[in-house]
Amino acid sequence: MDHSVKSLLQESDGNIVKAARDWQLQNDIHAKSAEELDAYMHEVLGVMRDSTVKGMRSDLRSVSGLTGGNAYKLMTAVEAGKTAGGSLLGRIAARALGVAEYNAAMGRIVAAPTAGACGILPAVLITLQEEYGYTDDQLVDALYVAGAFGLVIATRASISGAQGGCQAECGSAAAMAAAAIVYLKGGSAEQSADACSFALMNLMGLVCDPVKGLVEVPCVFRNVGAISVALTAADMALSGIVCPIPCDEVIDAMRQVGDAMPSSLRETGEGGCAGCPSMCR
Amino acid sequence: MNLFDIIGPVMIGPSSSHTAGAARIGRVTRMLLGEEVKKAEILFHGSFAKTWEGHGADRAVIGGLLGLAVADERMRMSRELAAEKGMEYTIAPTNLRDAHPNTVIITATGMTGKQVKVQAASVGGGSIFVQYLNDMEVGFSGERTTLIIQHRDTPGAIAQVSQMLAWAQMNIATMRVFREDKGGRAVMALELDSVPEDKLLMSLRSMDAFANVTLLTKL
Repeated sequence: MDHSVKSLLQESDGNIVKAARDWQLQNDIHAKSAEELDAYMHEVLGVMRDSTVKGMRSDLRSVSGLTGGNAYKLMTAVEAGKTAGGSLLGRIAARALGVAEYNAAMGRIVAAPTAGACGILPAVLITLQEEYGYTDDQLVDALYVAGAFGLVIATRASISGAQGGCQAECGSAAAMAAAAIVYLKGGSAEQSADACSFALMNLMGLVCDPVKGLVEVPCVFRNVGAISVALTAADMALSGIVCPIPCDEVIDAMRQVGDAMPSSLRETGEGGCAGCPSMCR
Repeated sequence: MNLFDIIGPVMIGPSSSHTAGAARIGRVTRMLLGEEVKKAEILFHGSFAKTWEGHGADRAVIGGLLGLAVADERMRMSRELAAEKGMEYTIAPTNLRDAHPNTVIITATGMTGKQVKVQAASVGGGSIFVQYLNDMEVGFSGERTTLIIQHRDTPGAIAQVSQMLAWAQMNIATMRVFREDKGGRAVMALELDSVPEDKLLMSLRSMDAFANVTLLTKL
């Protein structure tokens, strides 16, 4: 299951949630029962929900003072109808920003798959629940789907910005979220894989260029862009559009792109946004 | 890697290597000291030295030294907590040769005057690796339940430990032994498949050859 999306689809026989749970039971020496795994996943979901609330405070500030309080601004503007993207997209965007800013402020978050990309999955799941009334059990199942795809990406490519650039962090998170959205909206396992591919394609090549080496600029704002990629990738798959490239090949391509990236664009705080003159003072 | 490394861990931000890993190093140091920390000297090297303020690595190390868990929300207030508890500390950058870019050296003094010096690296995803213990080269991660025994290099020391663990029906998963010179200071790091009872730890501590016995529980 962890080596390819192809085997994930074959072995799961359409039920990725069960496949992911079974895989974890076999591979985690501490895992005793499916109930125990689910209980832990519910705890994780609880931390995610909590972080979407705490990230929304207007007086939130990071340790460096570079970020914080922007999620509140965005949510206020969305609620006042001042934004162009509509309410659902706006709320997801605001929460993604909020969780990412809460992380920068030393808040308690779930690394999913990493701390730098921690805003994407919570924002998507919590807001879709608000919009469509999914139960917590359904969100937990969606987390298993996201985790299964994340595991393949981590095995075949990377989820580390230092290794593969931001495509490996925000890109992976967007791909995992896209697969989870498809699951929640009742799409097939194949459609989840297509959504994963579409999201990775859209963020392929994204560099990791943290200003002053901190997980703040551009990281927190990229969590926002990644949710729109996740949402549109899922929508394409749900409409029946089939990705022309198999998901495993897209993941392998992402790895190659990561390998080809110069070190200045892989979390060294040198190139890209980090190298902008006003950010080097 | 497993599913909960992808959806998780739950941690205090902003960085798994700079914050969560730093907290773990503080916590391991506190465990190796075996008592409350009264005073700590913290030296940051490499990427830590450049970004410790922004990443809150200082607060994380201090939180760990105070015994806070890696996901404890009080981490960001740890400096205030240290002041409350009367734990003194100093923080400074350093420049080491051939060290991992995220390395920290902590010299911690306990309430009874006992001292421990730990050099450890945060190697990614919140994982850590202890490289030096009291200036002696070692190597352990503390990711599993680990027994750290500081002893004199004498014949039979290893046999004694393995015999006592065998009596307690405990399985050793991995074991590494380090020593300075023949007959000099030595350290054993044993990863165990279960958690030893206090009684066993007490008998280990009562052995003449063992200067210090520490149990590192899951961080």
